[in-house]
Amino acid sequence: MLAAGLFGLGLTLSFFVAPEAAVEGVRQRIFYIHVPIALTSYFCFGLGAWKALMLLWRGDDRYDLESYVAIHQGTIFGLLTLATGSIWAKTSWGVWWSWDSDQLVLFLTLFLFYCAYFMLRFSLEEGARRARSSAVYALFGVALIPVSFLAIRLAEDLVHPTTFTRDGPQMTATMFTAFCVMWAAVTLLAYVLYRVELAGKRLDRDLRELREALQ
Amino acid sequence: MSAGQYVAAAYAVVFVTLLAYVAIIAAKLVRLQRDVSELVELARRRDRPPEPAREVTRA
Repeated sequence: MLAAGLFGLGLTLSFFVAPEAAVEGVRQRIFYIHVPIALTSYFCFGLGAWKALMLLWRGDDRYDLESYVAIHQGTIFGLLTLATGSIWAKTSWGVWWSWDSDQLVLFLTLFLFYCAYFMLRFSLEEGARRARSSAVYALFGVALIPVSFLAIRLAEDLVHPTTFTRDGPQMTATMFTAFCVMWAAVTLLAYVLYRVELAGKRLDRDLRELREALQ
Repeated sequence: MSAGQYVAAAYAVVFVTLLAYVAIIAAKLVRLQRDVSELVELARRRDRPPEPAREVTRA
């Protein structure tokens, strides 16, 4: 309910309160959904890697499922990042995709890397070996996150716009407030979906064990 | 397409995808609920004492 309320508030601020950008015009409003989703995607991949590290460190099986669900969430939000980014690119650059932007290519690499995580995971039989292999793979992927995040600042292509610089956010206070509310809403929504999916997966596993015990 | 329509498309893509995701999770929860009911029935059948064997009478 809180996530839905925040989403409603964020949309109201993004569309009716935040002023229209001078150069970008109305298409700048994609920023309020695109950037929070991209940041949430990074966060989910990072969380998945952290849970994978905990699995390898402590050897507790519950971290395997937590890592998997976090990476699953990250992939969904990653897909949405690519989709909304492509729509913005079409309005701004006139093309759906630009291979000249390091930020785009690195994000696509990160996304495809974690797509391959599922191929690895489901090609192995359920058990400790699959959990460990998936965890190691998830940990490798986390190295791509800071590279992808910082690529826009390290690269000098200037194709992808930079909103947050060392001088702070390059927008008005109202725009920044709308962005922060949308960011909070997307993060909260991702957290709620994470908890629901995790509960469902755990219940599914427990029921399978119970069925085996009863039969 | 105008810029406004592209903006609407971007938000629509997000909402439709999230709605589909929630619908998939809801469908899975319904399946789990059905599994729970089946297992409860199975457990009840196991706990029920076996019926006494009927005597066979011959004429």
